[in-house]
Amino acid sequence: MAGADGDDSLYPIAVLIDELRNEDVQLRLNSIKKLSTIALALGVERTRTELLPFLTDTIYDEDEVLLALAEQLGNFTMLPPLESLATVEETVVRDKAVESLRKISQEHSPVDLEVHFEPLVKRLASGDWFTSRTSACGLFSVCYPRVSSTVKAEIRQHFRTLCSDDTPMVRRAAASKLGEFAKVLELDYVKSDIISLFTALASDEQDSVRLLAVEACVSIATLLPQEDLETLVMPTLRQAAEDKSWRVRYMVADKFSEKAVGPEITKNDLVPAFQNLLKDCEAEVRAAAANKVKEFCENLPEDNREQIIMTHILPCVKELVSDTNQHVKSALASVIMGLSTILGKDNTIEHLLPLFLAQLKDECPEVRLNIISNLDCVNEVIGIRQLSQSLLPAIVELAEDAKWRVRLAIIEYMPLLAGQLGVEFFDEKLNTLCMAWLIDHVYAIREAATCNLMKLVEKFGAEWAQNTIVPKVLGMANDPNYLHRMTTLFCINALSEACGQDITTKQMLPVVLKMSNDQVANVRFNVAKSLQKIGPVLDSNALQTEVKPVLEKLATDTDMDVKYFAQEAISDVKLRSTNQSSAQDRPPLAALQNKVF
Amino acid sequence: MSAISASEKVDGFTRKSMRKAQKQRKSQGSSQYRTQSAPVELSPLPQLKDAPSTEQQELFTKKLQQCCMLFDFLDSVMDLKSKEIKRATLNELVDYVSTNRGVLVESTYPEITNMICTNIFRTLPPSDNPDFDPEEDEPTLEASWPHVQLVYEFLLRFLENPDFQPSIAKRHIDQKFVLQLLELFDSEDPRERDFLKTILHRIYGKFLGLRAFIRKQINNIFLRFIYETEHFNGVAELLEILGSIINGFALPLKAEHKQFLMKVLIPLHTAKGLALFHAQAYCVVQFLEKDPTLTEPVIRGLLKFWPKTCSQKEVMFLGEIEEILDVIEPTQFKKIQEPLFKQISKCVANPHFQVAERALYFWNNEYILSLIEENIDKVLPIMFGSLYRISKEHWNPTIVALVYNVLKTLMEMNCTLFDELTSSYKADRQQEKKKEQERDELWKKLDELRLSNTNLFQNNSRGLPCVQNNNNNNNNNSNNDNQDKSAEAAAVATDNKGPEVKDPDVSVAASESTPCAK
Repeated sequence: MAGADGDDSLYPIAVLIDELRNEDVQLRLNSIKKLSTIALALGVERTRTELLPFLTDTIYDEDEVLLALAEQLGNFTMLPPLESLATVEETVVRDKAVESLRKISQEHSPVDLEVHFEPLVKRLASGDWFTSRTSACGLFSVCYPRVSSTVKAEIRQHFRTLCSDDTPMVRRAAASKLGEFAKVLELDYVKSDIISLFTALASDEQDSVRLLAVEACVSIATLLPQEDLETLVMPTLRQAAEDKSWRVRYMVADKFSEKAVGPEITKNDLVPAFQNLLKDCEAEVRAAAANKVKEFCENLPEDNREQIIMTHILPCVKELVSDTNQHVKSALASVIMGLSTILGKDNTIEHLLPLFLAQLKDECPEVRLNIISNLDCVNEVIGIRQLSQSLLPAIVELAEDAKWRVRLAIIEYMPLLAGQLGVEFFDEKLNTLCMAWLIDHVYAIREAATCNLMKLVEKFGAEWAQNTIVPKVLGMANDPNYLHRMTTLFCINALSEACGQDITTKQMLPVVLKMSNDQVANVRFNVAKSLQKIGPVLDSNALQTEVKPVLEKLATDTDMDVKYFAQEAISDVKLRSTNQSSAQDRPPLAALQNKVF
Repeated sequence: MSAISASEKVDGFTRKSMRKAQKQRKSQGSSQYRTQSAPVELSPLPQLKDAPSTEQQELFTKKLQQCCMLFDFLDSVMDLKSKEIKRATLNELVDYVSTNRGVLVESTYPEITNMICTNIFRTLPPSDNPDFDPEEDEPTLEASWPHVQLVYEFLLRFLENPDFQPSIAKRHIDQKFVLQLLELFDSEDPRERDFLKTILHRIYGKFLGLRAFIRKQINNIFLRFIYETEHFNGVAELLEILGSIINGFALPLKAEHKQFLMKVLIPLHTAKGLALFHAQAYCVVQFLEKDPTLTEPVIRGLLKFWPKTCSQKEVMFLGEIEEILDVIEPTQFKKIQEPLFKQISKCVANPHFQVAERALYFWNNEYILSLIEENIDKVLPIMFGSLYRISKEHWNPTIVALVYNVLKTLMEMNCTLFDELTSSYKADRQQEKKKEQERDELWKKLDELRLSNTNLFQNNSRGLPCVQNNNNNNNNNSNNDNQDKSAEAAAVATDNKGPEVKDPDVSVAASESTPCAK
């Protein structure tokens, strides 16, 4: 290969560096992405002595190039260029450089870490411009566990300094790494250092810093023994839950998790705090809290869980059902069904069912959808029958919603609903809907409807398909609208396998073959594609005597797309008849079909 | 299903204008903080002008305290009477501090600032529209504006009152105050931002001790905007203030100010909001008028952030470049002409006619023309290729006409050079093509080298070191110089269990081995 005429020395560093310096950004970017190849051509020594200084010096480039460089350097062990990149302004570049540095740090021995890596972190931590200090925040935790205790003390000191940096950018970076850093610290230092930093950051003058401190709270709480939580963490958390900035309260609601604290604290502190968040004046906060209702209730101490939910949480939940903001309602709707398993059958029927029913009638389709998509939780507790009378109008309304995305969403729940409601209910009430979707104005709906039929057949069996679906589908083959005729073909593609050889050969194939005379070319080439698709299901006799002649005729069609797909199908069918086993392995032509159609 | 028209069904996306029309109805945001207990009903106090002068001061304080009561404006019918009383009182207070002398005695300062802080400092509510686009969307207006406006008005009159004493006020109008004021610049309501702009400007003017702090905090806001959130509604207003601040900088410029220019103002050009650009260009030109030596770094900075996909922004950049060229010194021009005209030549060749047109308009500018003429031997070779090609290829006839004019102007400047370039045009293109081929060759060879090394590495790890020798022999056969170096690359790659952790080649070979194995 390379030996024949390859000659590494033909690529002097100048040429390679020229490439890295090309005027065209795209070419520069390409070269950087192949940095490993360049390094290979240069050899170790010259990479270190010539390429490395070049990379360290020329970091004044487009951020996109720098990003690629930062990523590439993660594969080398070259610290100096990464150090420069870690001081760049553009956040993505810097983050990538830090990521690469973190990766490289794992390859350092403890000695190397102290000799090479830790001084780099220190330099970054005491840099003039905020960017290097922000980068340093992400590097402390990777070197801390593996260095000597004196160095450890220095690292802690640096982190402390950065937590009270005078630029909010650095404080934000420190706050966002607080949890991670706490995890690698010895417990005593968590108590002595981290807690005071946490308290300070959580009462920072800028809400953007405070909310990051709240995020760290969860990981800090898991590190501390139960008895210390009350004194060390809770005061700060209490204060954050009542912060004047909705962003901080939102973060509290979003990260709300009582797993970390004990049952006592939960009862005395978290329940009231959670109630307040559910009643917050900002919809964002209420929505975040509503999302947590199920998780919160699940983790309440079991001995008086039911009582807490009934007296404290449920009243708030009832109010949220008629909230003015639809995001709040839909957040609640996505979890509320989960409460039924916690509260049991009687409470569900008495207290939750009215709420479910109210939400099923909500004006916002998303709320109704969220309820319907979680029906399985209720099904386990009280059975879906309790709901079915209210369910039906809700489903019908969603099925006919003006927004196609809503229609699409409800179609996706059909197989689930069908399974829970049973075949009779389905035939009686929902079958018409499923067939109506096949002639929807939006292709995505027709496509989803086809897929839905397939899943239904998988659930209810081929016999059911033969009696209820197949006649209707085949009937559409004579529709005056060519789009509907094509839908027949798409349905056949989807159903043939689930229906089996008998139905496919006897009922579907004749229709497909008849459609090969359609006047619309799109229908004809879809016939070719369908024949190719259902080929494996058919017996070889039908293939040879019926399918092949039709395909051969289509292969001489006047339309070039029809010809193309007919030929594709012929070669596929041929392959199949000669070599059955390898034909099975052929990948589906889905990608190709997407491209052409 | 019949209730919905077919067209509505087909088009799942409602038009933006429709959505906007729906939004108009509720384009007011709440902002006041929640937990204040229900407002006590206000009872009207006597007019200040009717009170005897001995009691005026006390009444003034009382009125200030009365105005600390906050009301819920989202509920438009709640507390109507009290709201009206507060509005009238605020009006009276504004009037009182703007027309009377001697009313700002020291003891009133805390009351005044307390009233102001209580009313205006609040956490801005979450935006109704998370993707708020200041150019397209209607802003959410502040619901409590009837009161807040008067409080801003009052603050302004207070600051502008001839009796106002910064030395007393600085105890209250301190860093914390300024910080909160700056946060309010994120308000979506343009009326509020406008007031804030004037107020911050006054504070900057009157409180010398706060100036550095204000500049630093604005820096922080900008940096956060550029690199973290990309969202802050008041950037244009802050830039306007900075424009006039820069105007007042003493010479020579402090390092801090230069740093602001290079690390904040120039990167700010990456922002997407076009409305910002006018104020930005103004600030940049202010800087260059102060210190022309900054021209080179500024232009290089702009070239670094030159828009790649947004044509509208490219037009704005060209506008800013022209503003800079208008004030550029000829010596500075010489320093940046090469990179600059390489970019301009790309713009001229841009398929978007507005970009090409804007760049070609440079040739209508007398001063720029004189600079080009002075440096025609440098500029013409850079521009010629694009202009020549575009004159034959551009789809837009206006552009072609403009290009002909430009070519004519350039030809008149240096006829001989022009002729040389015309005759060598073809050869140059071929040269370029050849270079292109050479590059492909080079990379092909490099890839082969990488492949063979990977193979080597894999073979070696399977215990077949002899392959390496073959390779080296081959290398030596066709090698003229530097034999050891070429061998080294291969040798190191095979030495996969060597102690040298820092060898890039080892990790490279290791990391490359997987994708290359077929």
